[in-house]
Order: sequence, then structure tokens, then C-alpha cells
Amino acid sequence: MEPVNATAAADPAQPLLTIDKLVVEYRTGGRRRPPLRVLHEVSLEVHAHETLGLVGESGSGKTTLGRAVLGLAPVAGGTITFAGTRIDGLGRRARRGPSRDIQVVFQDPYGSLNPSMTIGDILTEPLTARHTHTRRAARERIGELLDAVGLPADTAARSARELSGGQRQRVAIARALAPGPRLIICDEPVSALDLSTRAQVINLLVELQQATGVAYLFIAHDLSVVGHVSDRVAVMSRGEIVECADATRVTTDPEHPYTRNLLLAAPVPDPARQAQRRAARHRLAAQGSPAG
Amino acid sequence: MNDNQTAAIAPPTAAEAPAQSPDRAKPAAESVPAAAPRRHGPAGRFLRDPIAVAAAAVLLLVIATGVCAGLLTEHGPNKAALDAVLADPSGTHPLGGDGSGRDVLSRLLYGSRTSLFAGAIATGVALLIGVPTGLAAGYVGGWWDALSSWVANLFLALPGVVVLLALVAVRGPGLVGSMVVLGVLTAAPVFRLVRGEVKRVRGEPYVDAARVAGLSDPRIMGRHILRVVRVPIITQASLIFGLALIIESGIAFLGLGEADRASWGAMLNDASVHVYDNAMLSVWPGAAITLTVLAVTLLGAGLRDAFEDAPKPPAATRRRRVRGPAREPAVRVDTGALLVVDGLEVAYPAPGGEAAVVDAVSLRVDRGEILGLVGESGCGKTQTALAVLRLLPVGGEIRSGRVMFDGRDLAALSERDVNALRGRRIGYIPQDPMSNLDPSFRIGSQLVEPLRAHLGLSRDAARRRALELLDRVGIADPARVFAAYPHQVSGGMAQRVLIAGAVAAEPDLLIADEPTTALDVTVQAEILDLLRSLRREHGMGMILVTHDLGVVADICDRVAVMYAGEIVETATSADLFARPAHPYSAALLAAIPDGAGARSRLPTIPDRVPSVHDRPSGCRFAPRCAYAAPGCAVHPEPTTHRDGAVRCVRVENEVIVWNR
Repeated sequence: MEPVNATAAADPAQPLLTIDKLVVEYRTGGRRRPPLRVLHEVSLEVHAHETLGLVGESGSGKTTLGRAVLGLAPVAGGTITFAGTRIDGLGRRARRGPSRDIQVVFQDPYGSLNPSMTIGDILTEPLTARHTHTRRAARERIGELLDAVGLPADTAARSARELSGGQRQRVAIARALAPGPRLIICDEPVSALDLSTRAQVINLLVELQQATGVAYLFIAHDLSVVGHVSDRVAVMSRGEIVECADATRVTTDPEHPYTRNLLLAAPVPDPARQAQRRAARHRLAAQGSPAG
Repeated sequence: MNDNQTAAIAPPTAAEAPAQSPDRAKPAAESVPAAAPRRHGPAGRFLRDPIAVAAAAVLLLVIATGVCAGLLTEHGPNKAALDAVLADPSGTHPLGGDGSGRDVLSRLLYGSRTSLFAGAIATGVALLIGVPTGLAAGYVGGWWDALSSWVANLFLALPGVVVLLALVAVRGPGLVGSMVVLGVLTAAPVFRLVRGEVKRVRGEPYVDAARVAGLSDPRIMGRHILRVVRVPIITQASLIFGLALIIESGIAFLGLGEADRASWGAMLNDASVHVYDNAMLSVWPGAAITLTVLAVTLLGAGLRDAFEDAPKPPAATRRRRVRGPAREPAVRVDTGALLVVDGLEVAYPAPGGEAAVVDAVSLRVDRGEILGLVGESGCGKTQTALAVLRLLPVGGEIRSGRVMFDGRDLAALSERDVNALRGRRIGYIPQDPMSNLDPSFRIGSQLVEPLRAHLGLSRDAARRRALELLDRVGIADPARVFAAYPHQVSGGMAQRVLIAGAVAAEPDLLIADEPTTALDVTVQAEILDLLRSLRREHGMGMILVTHDLGVVADICDRVAVMYAGEIVETATSADLFARPAHPYSAALLAAIPDGAGARSRLPTIPDRVPSVHDRPSGCRFAPRCAYAAPGCAVHPEPTTHRDGAVRCVRVENEVIVWNR
């Protein structure tokens, strides 16, 4: 794998991505109704080469946060700074600059690849889009990318329809790696996959990070997966970050009641330990519902 | 993933859903399915479609005769000769002469020029206007969408043929003018079609991914969106072409066409005067119009199929009632058990015969017992559950085996008898809550109807009971949910509604297919608590299909692990998690991140679940098994192991020492 874009070797003390008091609002039907505020002044930092896990239940705003960084959600306030440059509120044209450095892997391995294109075309697109590669160079690079994600070279000639969920997710990862990004937003990248496939894709993501030094914003609802891949974990609830700490801390001894409840609600594959956790959860619930 | 859905679409391929790929150490070993039937590009697929090729040939012939009309006949289309009036076919006039002494063949040949010209103009104008405006309206939206939709609706409201005739009446005959107007009028449906398709596609994650990749809007439209909408556009274009051809002929038939232009419609006009003295005159242009329109339409359909590279599901055979050999009368096999499944085989029709997605499955559920059915997608969990319920998708069939429920064989009962049991004594929680609620009825009525039907309650009593149930499944405001439509509640709420419906009649057996997969963990925990209490209160037995081993550890008493259509291990929950006996069970457990050694390599299972057609003849798991030995070449039978059974030859020899 080629290393991440070496341009603008950032100051190591400087975070790669800084989200400061970010507000995202959606207009819901009609101009008179007040807009729906999905994120309430969220602040986060992602450093180079690190994985920041982002957990929360559905509707907590974790996906919206990722989409805002990608320029796919309307920012109503606050700032997003990437490698020292503001990237919030950029027009679509201006957005195409930083997009080389920030890539994405979506949850749905079926919807995220155009069914009418071959894998080769899908991977060529980000390479030739900004005329960084000739078609010939792009073909070579595709070979490297497929190899890096553990797919045989002849996958390029196939269509996404012919691949299984895990293989499609590998293609999606290869597409994200293509421009040599410094940050990849992984939005529930393994939650649609089977157990053993999930383990393979998690291993792949960890290995690719070790090889390229890319940073991940790893969004998922499964604390055990997030805890496994992340250096630090942020917990979201109702559009706010309730806790952000070292991964082991959050997954073993969380501070916030919401996180504690979340942790206890996730069943563990061990009947005896699970029975204890269930009892603990019932005790916690009896003490009063946790603050959100 | 959803083996239920995949199975419903293409049963035989259901088993290949999960993807495996081996270690990065040997990336070349990753098996992308060797596409068994060689795949062709659109051109290849088109050439293999005999109807499309024939249609293309007919159309090419029509085009060729139109272009080469001057070479094929020496007569001008409008040159009248007195001796040729209503002449019989002869050497100089192969098809004879018409009422004005013009050569029929010549008019037929030149007439195809007019028809094709008319079709091309109308289709071209309709696409030129409809496609770009539709793309822009669907992709950009906003004021442009509002304005263009308004205009399109206006055009749709206009009666096209009347407008055309009025135009011809006012402006005089003119082929180009009238076809341009027709094109403008038919641009409206093209616009609507393209706009609708684009709106659907632009929300797809791959369009978002293209934006993130830095593609410009025109490029996204051209590469991603246009590719998807091209298929419906082709179909629509062929219809417009045929329509234009018919309308052109119609105008000419009414005598409103250009007088000096040979046209099939004008030929029909002339022939109608002579229908009693020379009937053949109407046959030639009639046949030409029919054949050409048919060819254009079939060509459109052929092109659509060629571009739409969707794997076609195998022709679904009609569901057959008769099953295999006559069964012995239902006997009570086991009095203590609520449900005993014995040697169940479920098969679907497949290109090369039949595919057994479930094979020799035997299980047992006691009263008050919760049995977990686990395994990867495509291993047959959902198919087993649906077979017990006798709800297999079209084509699926119980080939053999018995499903004894309370002394009766469900597999042998009539549809009516099974219906009487389902909902009343056997409850079912399906996988996808939203698609299992009818969007056009209020949630309340969907709960009340079955209660009245199954329990014979009055309307009021059923209503009270439904509200009680909604309260029971942890819905805070039952009255609001009762009165709501399914789209007004969240997925978690919908799932609770389905659970309320499934347990409404206090069934003896509940079959739950991934009941909590779509839910947040906190909601999942509440639902599992609810199921636990129902079991305690009513002694309800339950089969819980899931891939989440945490859920199994939380609620199941016993577990059956499925792999490639068969059960490879049954054990008590305590045994399975502490001492898994089958290598597949052990490998599944090992793949779960357990908090220890963060960012360490998770153990994985190489390769993938074999599809129904590629199952090894020996042990089905052997090719992926770390403990495979020569003895595994023989298909193992289940042997008793602790309180359950295992389908593995190595277990008997106790070679395997699990370190977990």
C-alpha cells in the first residue's frame, strides 16, 4: 500500500479533524415549522493515525455527524476543521478538494456499490475523477487496491451483483482507500455482515490502518466492535456527546449512566456472565431511568 | 443479513450470501464465486435473445427498404399511370397499382421512409426534452422541479391526438411539424419517468459515495444516474416510436397528411375506397404498420432485458400438494415435547434439478423451553422456521420429514388446518417489522382482526385486549400507537407491535425470526425480558432464530447450530458457550470481539458457506475446518454428546481440546 498523502505533513500535536460546537438542522416540511436540530453543539477531535469510535443508539445523531464531516449534511452552526482548513459550508465544487483526504465506507454493502458498474469502473472513478491518474496508472493502482483488501485481481471485471456482502464491503474499503485518504469515515461498516465475515473485515480495517496510517472515525452501535477497533470512544445520545474517553475505559468502566446502561444492555456470549449483567441492568433500571 | 429475503428472491442462491475471505496472508485464495454460466455483456445477452434479434432484423429490413427504395423500384411513389389503376400484380408492378394508378410496391417502400422519419422525430424530440429536464428535476430538485413538474402535468392533461388534429387543421399538413408537437407532448411522460427514477436513485449510498469521491455533478448524473434510468427510457422510447408511427398513419389515413409524401396511412386511405374491388390494397400497408410497430416494441423489450443484467429467478413451479410417499398416520412420538421436527428436508426448484436448502433437520422444543437456532446467513435457519410454520416462499416445499406439533404432523396437515393453528396456537414474529405491517391500515385494526377471528372476541373486548397487549410489550402510550398507521411509528415500536400480535392468543409455541436484530440494544433487552416473562407465565415454548450469540446466551435454554442446511450441534446453552463440541460452533464463538486484546487479530473462518450446489460430499464444514482429518471425507451422522448431539467424527475420538 502506498502511504497516505504526504502533502502538508501536519503538526503532530494538531488534531487531523476538529469538530467544534457543530450544529446540524434539517428543515421538516414547511417553512413555518422550526427546523429539526439533530446535533447540538457537538465537539470532537480525531488525531492522525488514530481510530475514534462513535457509538450511540439509532437517532442519536452519530451517522449525521459522519455525514456532516463528509459534506452530506447541512451545517447550521459550529465549525469543522480538517488539517488546519475549514471544510464546513463548502460548495460542492470547493468540496472536491478535501474530498481526496476524507473518504467513507457505508453500512449497506448492497446499496453502496452501483449495481450496473463493474468493480473496476467503481474503483477507477475516484482515481480519474480529478485527473490524478491516467487510465493505465489507474488500472495498476486497482490491482494494488484489490490485493490490499484481499480480493483477487479478476474481481475488477465482475459486477457488484456477483459478490457477497463481505466481498462488497472489501470493494467499498478499496474505493475509500483509492485516493490515499488521511481519514476514513466508517459508518457501521460491519453491522450488516455475518459473524465470521465481520471478524475478517475488522481485521482488514485494523491491518490497513497499520500499513497506511489512515485515521478512522468508526461509527457503530455495537460497543464490543467499537471497543475492539478504537483508541478512544465517544458516546452519543440525542445529538450530544455524553462521554468521550479511552476505549478500554468506556467499554469496561464507563462514567456516564447512559453509557453504563448501553454497556449492560448489550448481551455477552456467556450465559453465566450475561445473567449477572442482566441482574445489574435490572438494578440500575430500578434505581430510576438513566439520564439521556 | 437477511436469509429470508434472499431466499424469497432466488432460493438456490440463498446459501451463498455470506462472504468469506481468508486471511490476508493468502489473499489470492479469496474465492469470488466462479460465475458458473458465463456472463455476457449487454450485446452478448441481446444476441442470445431470439425474439429481440428477429425484431431487430425486421426493423433493419424496413430501414433498408426505405433507404434503398430508389434502387428497388423504378416507379416513383407518386407517379400515376392510367393503365395501372387497380392493376393486378404483374412484372412491372409486382404488387399491382392503386386506385390512382400508382405502384403499390413503390409506395410501400417509400412509405417506410415516412414512418421511420416520423417515429425518429417524435422519439428524438421527446427524449431530448424529457430526459435532461427529468434528470435536472430529480437530481437538483427545488424550484426547477416544482416548475417543470407543473408544466409536465399540464401537458399530460392535454388530449394529445385532439391537439394534433387541431394543429393540422389550423396550420395545414406538415409531417415534421406534427411529429415535433407529438414529441413535445410525449416528453411529459418521459420527464415524469426519468424524474421518478432519479429521485429514487439519488438517495442510494453509491451516489453519496461518488460525491465523497469528488465526482462533479454532471459526471455523477452521466455515470451513475443515467445508467440506472436508461432501461426504463429504452422501453418508453420504443413505445413512443410505435405511437408516432401509428399517429402518423392515422393522420395520413384521415387525408390530413402531406399529399405528395408516400405514407402507409395514405395507402390505407386509398385502399378503403376500394375495399370491395381490391381488398389486397389494404393488406400491404396494414401488414407493414403492424410488423414495424411490433418489431419496435419487441426490440425495446429485448434491449431492456439486455441492459438489465438481473439474474432471473428460476421459473417458479407451482406449489405442489402431493409430497413424496404416503405418510404413516400421525402418531404421538414424544409426549413431553411440544414440537418435534424429524428429518426435515426443504427444497426449491433449481436450474439443475432441486436444491435442498434444509437437509435432515431434527429438533425438539419442550413446553416452556427456548431453543436458539443459530448459524451464518444462508445456513437454512429461516427456511427451517418457515417450514415449521408452513409459510415457505413460492417454490419451497417440504420434501420429507415430520413436524410433530402436539401430536399432529404439521407437514401433512391441510392448508386450512395449519391456518387454524397459526396465530392461535403457534405465534410468529417475522424478521422485518415494517414490511410485515400493512401500511394502509391502522395498527389497532391489524391487532383487533386476528383477535376476533382466533379468539372470537367482540369488537370491544378485542380492542381492550389489544390495548392491554400494547401496554404489555412496553409501549408507553398504547392508545396513540393503536390509532397510528405503521409509518407513524419507529422500527422498534413496529417490532413490539408484531410481538404483541404474535403473543396475543397466548400461543403454545412462538417462532421468532431475528426478533431483535433491527432494534437498539436497550430495546432488545426489554423485548428479551418480555419474552422471558411470557415463557414463565404461559409455559410458552419458543424457537428463536438469530445470529447474535449474545442474545442466545441471554435467553436460550438450548441451542441448535446450523451449517450449510443441516444441524451440526445441539447443546445446552451452558455447554455450547463453555465447551463447544463442533469446530464450527467454536469458530463462531471465537470470532466475537470479547474485549480482551483490543485491536488484536480476531480468529476468522476461511472461505465461505458453500452454496447448495457445492456442498462437499463428506463433512460440509471440513474444507473450512482447522481440525479436518482424512476421516472427514465421510459425511458424519449426529452422535450423542453430553446433553445434545454433534455431527463431527473428531468429537468421538476426543482429539479436539478447546481452549476458550
